[in-house]
Amino acid sequence: MSVESLFPRLEPLLPKVQKPIQYVGGELNSTVKDWDEASVRWALMYPDAYEVGLPNQGVQILYEILNELPETMAERTYAVWPDLEALMRSEGVPQFTVDAHRPVRAFDVLGVSFSTELGYTNLLTALDLAGIPLDAVERTDEDPIVLAGGHAAFNPEPIADFLDAAVLGDGEQIAIAISEVIREWKGEGEPGGRDELLMRLASTGGVYVPKFYDVEYHPDGRIMRVVPNRAGVPSRVFKHTVMDLDEWPYPKKPLVPLAETVHERFSVEIFRGCTRGCRFCQAGMITRPVRERSITTIGDMVENGIRESGFNEVGLLSLSSADHSEIGDVAKGLADRYEGTNTSLSLPSTRVDAFNIDLANEFSRNGRRSGLTFAPEGGSERMRKVINKMVTEEDLIRTVTTAYSQGWRQVKLYFMCGLPTEEDVDVLGIADLAKKVIQAGREATGSRDVRCTVSIGGFVPKPHTPFQWAAQCDHETVDRRLRELRDALRGDKAYGRAIGYRYHDGKPSIVEGLLSRGDRRVGRVIRAVWEDGGRFDGWSEHFSYERWMVAADKSLADEPVDVDWYTTREREEHEVLPWDHLDAGLDREWLWQDWQDAVSDVEVEDCRWTPCYDCGVCPTMGTEIQIGPTGKKLLPLTVI
Amino acid sequence: MVQRLRVRYAKRGRLRFTSHRDISRAVERAVRRADIPVAYSAGFSPHPKISYAGAAPTGVASEAEYLEIGVSRPCDPHRLRADLDASLPPGLDVLDVVEARDSGLADRLEGSVWELRLPGMDPEVAAKAVETFVAADRVEVERLTKKGLRRFDAREAVLSLAVQEGEGRAAGQEPDRPCVILRMVVRHATPAVRPDDVLTGLRLVAGFAPLSPPEVTRLAQGPLDAATGEPADPFDFDRVGGDR
Repeated sequence: MSVESLFPRLEPLLPKVQKPIQYVGGELNSTVKDWDEASVRWALMYPDAYEVGLPNQGVQILYEILNELPETMAERTYAVWPDLEALMRSEGVPQFTVDAHRPVRAFDVLGVSFSTELGYTNLLTALDLAGIPLDAVERTDEDPIVLAGGHAAFNPEPIADFLDAAVLGDGEQIAIAISEVIREWKGEGEPGGRDELLMRLASTGGVYVPKFYDVEYHPDGRIMRVVPNRAGVPSRVFKHTVMDLDEWPYPKKPLVPLAETVHERFSVEIFRGCTRGCRFCQAGMITRPVRERSITTIGDMVENGIRESGFNEVGLLSLSSADHSEIGDVAKGLADRYEGTNTSLSLPSTRVDAFNIDLANEFSRNGRRSGLTFAPEGGSERMRKVINKMVTEEDLIRTVTTAYSQGWRQVKLYFMCGLPTEEDVDVLGIADLAKKVIQAGREATGSRDVRCTVSIGGFVPKPHTPFQWAAQCDHETVDRRLRELRDALRGDKAYGRAIGYRYHDGKPSIVEGLLSRGDRRVGRVIRAVWEDGGRFDGWSEHFSYERWMVAADKSLADEPVDVDWYTTREREEHEVLPWDHLDAGLDREWLWQDWQDAVSDVEVEDCRWTPCYDCGVCPTMGTEIQIGPTGKKLLPLTVI
Repeated sequence: MVQRLRVRYAKRGRLRFTSHRDISRAVERAVRRADIPVAYSAGFSPHPKISYAGAAPTGVASEAEYLEIGVSRPCDPHRLRADLDASLPPGLDVLDVVEARDSGLADRLEGSVWELRLPGMDPEVAAKAVETFVAADRVEVERLTKKGLRRFDAREAVLSLAVQEGEGRAAGQEPDRPCVILRMVVRHATPAVRPDDVLTGLRLVAGFAPLSPPEVTRLAQGPLDAATGEPADPFDFDRVGGDR
């Protein structure tokens, strides 16, 4: 059965919508394969607008890897804006892929990558527009397997009702393995329908099929247990870890869109994982251990990526890029190679130390020295010990002094508000710190022309972190502390103008907290919000806190739980958490001990340079730390 | 910068939904992929020396868009045409490249030929509406511009407007079915009179309204020939050299 392109039906709608180019596909390096020659067909979705979703590395990597397989094809689909959604509904045009404009429902798998929980309502829009039943149990053999991945999939319970399956961890190998299972099952004539296919996937222990697990609750609302409800389904599901990233140098053919997107650059992931041990950081906990790409692979990927894309900016990505064992040689080698070519290099996610200024200096050799960003995260020494962000005030002042004296004029500082054990004084400490930073800059430069921007995010406790048991700070307290900090910053005329202040109100964090640590009962809330028109919750102009609260009150009315129960309630050590059966490799007792250490201001070192502290990941997952140095250097590119 | 090259390119098919900004990013990247030695502006954030003249609106196809590239070492126009075309996505197609002899390209684009394909419309009704429009002295229309709602005359800038019959595939319709084709020559003015303004005018003076969004294509732009009322090739000057 072949499928027809929906484009002739979509095309007349496009003159009536904003930025129609985002719906037409045709990106450089995109792939359209013959429908009938593929036996396994994936629709990959990033559940946000095209401008956010297109640059997503995860989707681009899987798209390329799957399309390299001979009998497999992958196309992409994104959340459509409400203007097109309304037209698609009135004209009966279903959710489509942008590659060949095929209907999403015709594919075997709809793979959705969740970087954040705020894409959940957009999943429901896409399913509904596709004509796929929202409830997984109502789907037939005509519907694709709806499969979630990405960091939010480490607790997929709030969307468990809408998913057929979820995978945890690195997607490269498991996407290929799933394709193989589907290919075999289809080759055998699809025995047993989608349930048998889901059984085959679940029985590997590497794919979570929510409907094969029952959740039982205590009368007070806590979870009693989560157990498989049929034979052959493992009691725990494991995350996937790709070892040897040099074997997986993707993207090789980066997608270059015609439409403007949020990241207009070619990105190379220089390593995966982080063991700094920041206790708030879910990414650092669930992506362990650290696996570096070698300096030579990085050099090759940058060269290839620039040639294939035509981008003039390269970003070296990771969770803490300056921690690469050969970052100094990488920076110098790349800066040498691209000096005078109008190709710029950037290194996001760096730490507070002077070495990072040297790196930034390399990367700005030809350009201006505008702004440097550091993330102390906590405003007081005590707070930084609680979150295990090992930066002293002395470190910070020394670092910014170096930066200002070497010609940088602007320093941006990231902090969080609402951290566990936080008190007013910890947040007000941010003002003192910012003033000291400006003072240091004025002394170092002998000029008043130095600036510092303080940027604050709300802390949300995340699954699989030591703070998974913590009470989330209520939004009234967060907002009050942020107001007091604002007054402290603006009140001092000697510094007021030199310090910029950016923050958001605390309400969205509460919804994020509900979705992050929610269980299956939260699915009803998501559905009610969506039915009430909730879309694009990551966009402040679309987000409505009131809509979420009304929906939660209504949907949870018959349950002994409410939004506060999910967010501002501290959990006991032995309470069963909704994600306890999903294994990121972290030893639960270690996580609890780290939580206890947090509240007693005890710090933990990075296991790359100190002995293993038994977080549990490597032995559980059969993985190991893979870092250099290799001792190699980047050679100049041959001049043509 | 040692040389400026003028490029005529087409914006075809679904690429007609690109905006002017989309095209400029696509061209910058294509120039880099094709290793064209584009010159850069000086300063802290150098920009490639590529300039655009009279871009067609988003959603409108064109056979006659123009840009100019400044290069830092001399380039053969034929070679540049082939390289840039190969590097641009299909649908942004390079049609012609000449070496610039002056700086007057934008001034030379005095008028455009537009073609509007209107599926399922009656040619006789269209002809009547056109007759009424052409007979009018002024046809006031309103359009929402960046500066707000503007009211202006859509008649005077229209040098010719004719109905043709033909076959065409309009958006969302069966392929190759009869449709009315409106061909018009419009002088570039301020505010610009666009094909949709003329359609608005036809609706206002004669109640003529297309059933679905028309497929609009710019066929040509150039200096208006006083005798024929049609635009000539703006590259003629660069090709022959000397005075006009």
